[in-house]
This record gives sequence, C-alpha cells and structure tokens, in this order.
Amino acid sequence: MGAELKLVVFSLGNEEYGVEVDKVQTIERMMPLTRVPKTPVFVKGVINLRGVVVPVIDLRERFGLTAGEYTDNTRIIIVRQQSIEVGMIVDSANDVVDVDEDQIEAPPEVVGGIRAKYLRGIAKLEDRLLVLFNLQEVLNKDEIIQLEQLGE
Amino acid sequence: MESNQYLSMFIDESKEHLQALNDNLLELENSPSDLGIVQNIFRSAHTLKGMAATMGFEDLANLTHEMENVLDLVRNNKLSMNENIFDMLFKSLDALDAMVNDIVEGGSGKLDVQHIVAGLKAIVSGDSAAPASSAAKQASSAPILSGGLDQYQLSIVEQSLQSGFQVFVIRVRLREDCVLKAARAYMVFDALERNGEIAKSEPSVQDIEQEKFDREFTVYYITKLDGQSVEHMIQDISEIDSVTLQQIHADALAQMRDRTSYAKDSQPGSDAKREAARTASGANGQAGAQGGSHAKQQSGSRTIRVDIERLDTLMNLFSELLIDRVRLEQLASELHKQELTETVEHMSRVSSDLQNIVLKLRMMPVETVFNRFPRMVRDLAKSLNKKVELIVTGAETELDRTVIDEISDPLVHLLRNALDHGLEDTPGRIAAGKPETGNLYLRAYQSGNHVFIEIEDDGRGINRDKVLNKAIERGIVKSEDADRLSDHDVFQLLFASGFSTAEVVSDISGRGVGLDVVRSKIASLGGAVSVESVLGQGTKFTVQLPLTLSIITAMLIRLGSEKYAIPISSIVETTLITKEDIRNVQGMSMIRFRDNIIPLVNLAQVLEVPDHSLDDSGEMNVVIVHKGEKLAALLTDEFIGQQEIVLKTLGDYLNRLFAISGATILGDGQVALILDTNALIK
Repeated sequence: MGAELKLVVFSLGNEEYGVEVDKVQTIERMMPLTRVPKTPVFVKGVINLRGVVVPVIDLRERFGLTAGEYTDNTRIIIVRQQSIEVGMIVDSANDVVDVDEDQIEAPPEVVGGIRAKYLRGIAKLEDRLLVLFNLQEVLNKDEIIQLEQLGE
Repeated sequence: MESNQYLSMFIDESKEHLQALNDNLLELENSPSDLGIVQNIFRSAHTLKGMAATMGFEDLANLTHEMENVLDLVRNNKLSMNENIFDMLFKSLDALDAMVNDIVEGGSGKLDVQHIVAGLKAIVSGDSAAPASSAAKQASSAPILSGGLDQYQLSIVEQSLQSGFQVFVIRVRLREDCVLKAARAYMVFDALERNGEIAKSEPSVQDIEQEKFDREFTVYYITKLDGQSVEHMIQDISEIDSVTLQQIHADALAQMRDRTSYAKDSQPGSDAKREAARTASGANGQAGAQGGSHAKQQSGSRTIRVDIERLDTLMNLFSELLIDRVRLEQLASELHKQELTETVEHMSRVSSDLQNIVLKLRMMPVETVFNRFPRMVRDLAKSLNKKVELIVTGAETELDRTVIDEISDPLVHLLRNALDHGLEDTPGRIAAGKPETGNLYLRAYQSGNHVFIEIEDDGRGINRDKVLNKAIERGIVKSEDADRLSDHDVFQLLFASGFSTAEVVSDISGRGVGLDVVRSKIASLGGAVSVESVLGQGTKFTVQLPLTLSIITAMLIRLGSEKYAIPISSIVETTLITKEDIRNVQGMSMIRFRDNIIPLVNLAQVLEVPDHSLDDSGEMNVVIVHKGEKLAALLTDEFIGQQEIVLKTLGDYLNRLFAISGATILGDGQVALILDTNALIK
C-alpha cells in the first residue's frame, strides 16, 4: 500500500480529473469577472475573493478544448501552487475521493486532448478513471509569456 | 533561556547598538579627545558582547570583546585614538554588521574575523607604555576597572593614597562547582578586612550575602600590603578560581573622578553602578536582558515594538472596511433615508480618522535610511581624497515604510554622484576660490501629500554644453532642437535612458552613472526626481515622494461596461472635446491642449474593450495625464468620480501586464483595474 492521496474531483467535458486537496483553497460558484486587457485568451479576468484579487483561467481554453457555456454547475476551483494563486473554471466539481498512490499510473501521451506534460498520472478507481493534473505545469508562468509572445 | 524566542529581540537591539556605535564613532572622529563618547561606545560594545554571548554567537562576542579591550585602554587614557585605530574599529563594525545580517538571514553569524581580531590585539599590545602588569592582563580578560565609585568613596580612596596606602581593584572569581558562594565571599571579605579596608564592593555586600551574584565580584581595597601578598592571601581560601589585581594610582583616580561626574550628568540614578555590576557579572543571560532595558531607558520614548506583519494585517483589514464604507455611501445615496445617511456620514468621518492613524502607524522617520549615510560619505570621501562635510536636516520626516524600504538605493546613488562628480577635489576647490571642505546637504521635508528629499552640493555644477553635446552624440536630442531647450530641459536629459554609460562619466564634468535607473526606481514609487544646477556653484537633486503607497486617490472612468481607475497624481485635468478638435498629424490623432499639441489615445481601443464603439457625435470626455513633462489625452466614455482606493496586487500569476499597475475593489465588490498611464505616453 502506498500513501493515501485526497483528491478533489472535477469534470471537463466527459472526463473526470483530480487535484490534490491540499492545493485547493476553496471552491466557488461562478462570479463576476473583471477582464484584464492583453492577456492570453484563457485568462478570463480577476475576481474579488473576499478582499483578495485573484486571477481566473478557463481550464478548457487553457488546454485548447472547445469553450463551454457557463452553467449553474460551473465552479471556480481556487488553487495555490507556491506563491501563485489562481482560480480555475471547470464544468463542475463533484466530490472528494481517497486514492492510493499505487493506483496511479503514468499518463498516456494525450488524454481527452490534454498533453501528457500537464498530467501527473491516471488513477484507476473501481468504476472510474481520474486524470491527475500536474499543477506546476498547468500554472507555468513561462508558458504564459511564450503564448503571449506568439499572440503578438 | 529559549534562544529562538529572543532572536528577533536580539537582532533589533544589535542593530540599534551597531547604529549607536557607528554614530558615536563618527562623532569621536570629530572630537577624538572626548572620553564621554568613548564611554558610550564602550557601553554599546559591552552590551552587544553580553547579548551575543548569551545567544551563543561566539564570533560576534569575540570581536566585540577585542574592541572593548582597545576602547578600555582609550578611555583610561592609556591609548589615544589615531587613524589606524579608527579604521580598525570601523572595520570591526562592518564585520559585526555582516554577522548580524547573516543572523537575520537565518545564518549562524559566523565570520572569519581573525585578521581584525589580530589587528585589534596588535593595537592593544602595541601599547607598551601601559603600566606594568595591567596591559597584558587586560588584553586577555574583560576589564576590571569599571569606574563605579561615588564621590564619597573616591575621596576616601584619594585620602588613603595620599597617606601612603595602596589601593587595589580586586576581582575574585569563584570556582564553578562552588556551592556556598556567599560563604566563600564572606571568607574573602573577612581575610581582606583583617589587613585593610574595603571601600566598595560590586555587587553590594548585601547582594553578596544573599548570594545575588554570579561567581564573580569586585572590591576596591585599601591596604598597606603589596599586591602579591594580597593575591596570596585570597588564593589561600579554597574554591577560588582566579584573582585579578589592579593597582590604582593617583592619576587613574583623577580620570575616574571625571568619569563619575560625567556619569552623573548624563544618566539618572544608579545606571553607572548597574553598568559596573554588569561588567562584573560578565556576559551571562541577565546581562543581556539588562542591556535591553538599559537601551530602552536611554531612548526614553514611550514606544512598543510591533511586528510589521501585524501592521500589514491591520492595513488589510482597514482596506476591507474602506470598501464597505464606499458601498454604504452608495446605498445611502440611493435610499434617501435621513437616519441612514447621517449614520453613514458619521462612519465616514470616523473611518477617515482611522485611516489617518493606520497610515501613520506605517510611517517611519527617514532617519532609518539617512543614518547610514554619514559613514558612507566619510568612507567615500576618504577614498576619493576629498574633504566633505555632510549636513543632514529633517531626518525626522516620516514616510511609509514601503517607500523607506525602496528609497535607500536611489539616494545612495545620488550621494555617490555628488561626491564623485559634483564636488571638486581640494586643489580644484582652492583654485575655484572655495573653502577646502565641500558641503553636501541632505534635506528632507514634507509638503502637502509629498515628501521631498534634496541632495545638494556646492561643487562645480553641471556643464550645459557638455551634456547637450553628449545627448546629441547619443541621438537623444536632434542638434537643430538643441538651442531651443531650456537649462532645465537639458539637465533633465541626464535621466534619459541611454544617456549615461560608464564611459560618459569620465568625459563629462558633470554626472552620469545610471541616473535613469534612479529615475525609474523613484517613478515606480510614484515619485519624481528633478535637478537644478548653476555652473561653478553647485547642483541640487530633488526627489519627490508620495507619503503613502497603499491608499491613493483615483479618478474612476468607464469604458464600455468596464471601469478603470487612474491615479490622481498622474492626472493634469479633465476636459471635453468634440470631433472637430481632433487633428490628424502623420496618422496620429492629436488635440490642442493649452499651447501644445498632444496625442489623443483611444483608451478603449488600446485596452481592447469588447463591444465598444466610439460615439463621436457629441462632446467626448478626455483625461489629460502626464509623465514628467510629457502629456497625453485619454479618451473615455464617462467620468464616474474621484475616490479613495486601496491598492491590491494582481498576484504573481499575472505579472508584466501592459498599462495595468494593479487593481482595487469598488464599493459594489467589483474589481477595477488601475491604469499605469506612463505606459500610454510614448
């Protein structure tokens, strides 16, 4: 038996994903966004999270998936990776599960249109598959700068 | 003692003592014979030693110990200060500073100070003229002579000396395993009193009887016996670790008398005695703690130390309150309820007062930055072989601590420039008919919502033609424009990026190194820097800084459905224009403003506001903003109004944004971005 991991499960399209509970600050309903000019398209803006201004990205657009409509189920998962705090818009956030490290396998090249470098692995549970994110890469600032330069 | 708990206290106090050492040493350099200052220096060094030893920073304790030995010789007139000693002491201070900084950064405070220690030891041992045995003993142990006799005791000692008695200061140290300390001490006293008289003991006899001492005590002993037999007499008693003897001569006594009167003048009560007691008890925990209270007593101000983080938290909480206040004001104006309006107005007044206080709490005197400059100027003047007097005024002027943290480097830069390029060397000054010693003024004062810091020298001034030629050469100015520029414009070129590079400096009689860096740093603090100069008479740099950075007044504007805030400090005025006012000059929209043609910026277009179409049928709102001397007009849909806003960062994820310097939260909870208009002015 490996170490236990607690994951927040959320969905994008038909896939289910997981992010470690200790990286998640809070989960919020959709709220008004203030657009920030001249940022990559997936940066949707900033929100007022109880007095703190937090940038929000659309996870679908971050991975180049087709942008979806925001619904009542849409959630903003506020995550923190080192000094970076970011909200991620997801289709829905469902529950929290315990996963054994042993159940996690290396990711295939592409899952649901997302490249392997953004993924930490795939957790095989009894009746479902969870894709684990590599937050470090997802929130990589250097990549934003590159994208910005491409955009210009 | 649990060390970690006291670490921050140790750091703060060490810094205070280091600063005091620095200041006093500089003062002493001006009046080397003032033993009162030496006494102060000695006291700081001693307290520092005690604290360092308590906290287990051995190198620090060792170095201060050696400094103490040198200073002790000086204050006992066995050594007079000279340049070599000053340099060595300053070097020691630098090393101490480095060690304390290392500790601040979580290090162990270790530093190889062998060469400095050796230097200090050389100074001590080089003094061969010192009376027989004492010099050698003093070099290896803390000084015994602590000058704690009062007038009455002094006169007894004096009379005894005149009637042919010997007077000794004896320090007795009991063995570590000694159980009945008081009993042993009693035996020593008993033995001594059989052959003479004890004029004074430290700690007092009562304290010793009650065992309130730490294995060591010092007595002033009057006897007919010679030193050796006294020493033997005490050493015959068991459980004695060591006995140190120092004979007092008439001249040493005279000194001590001077010092006693000095101690009386300058400090209340029994401070001198306590100081002495501390010397005697050595560097134990108690000494460290006492040192702390002692330093605070001296400063005499009613202050408490507060963790900066708590102040930041207070500030954050207050900003949230401010946001709610704005929201309430909005609601009240919508609801038109008398009672609500009155309550909200009252709350607004109270919170304005609160805002003033919260902001004041974060203010620090610029002294915290200024106080390292005298030393820097001294060192630099020495290395440049120039004579300079630094005249500081207004050091008590206060600034937000965020500004304080950032302002030091630009000021250092300007001071160095003034010393290096502004002031002439001594022959140059004589040739120009000026006094040999150059004056360098550092002034700070508050005016309105700004603090001004001026750095002025009476040196050679800036040569307009040389600056202009260089600027033309570098392509910053076109030669045909050159004649039209005012002196002020020309001097301002010094701050242009690309003007100053290392090789320019040596050519230009004026100034040069990295003034553009200075300007951009000050600009990033919301300030500005300007220069005035008269050739042959001197140069003055003026730095203008905002009082605070966390709450600013801003103008809210609307672009389509979006709101932005523009800091009032960058706004010149707001005005209305029509389509007819806009001219097209080389493909750029320009408008006439006063006597200038200035560019018109379509903000919504630059900021890519979605679904925005310009309505140019009627009058249009423009905000005129400035960046230094340059102006631009920003086209907006609506002026919402002026407001106090709280600056918030956008976090680490979004950095290096175009034309956005931060964000704020409006009364309705929405986030509005703050425009950095400097980016919009080319």
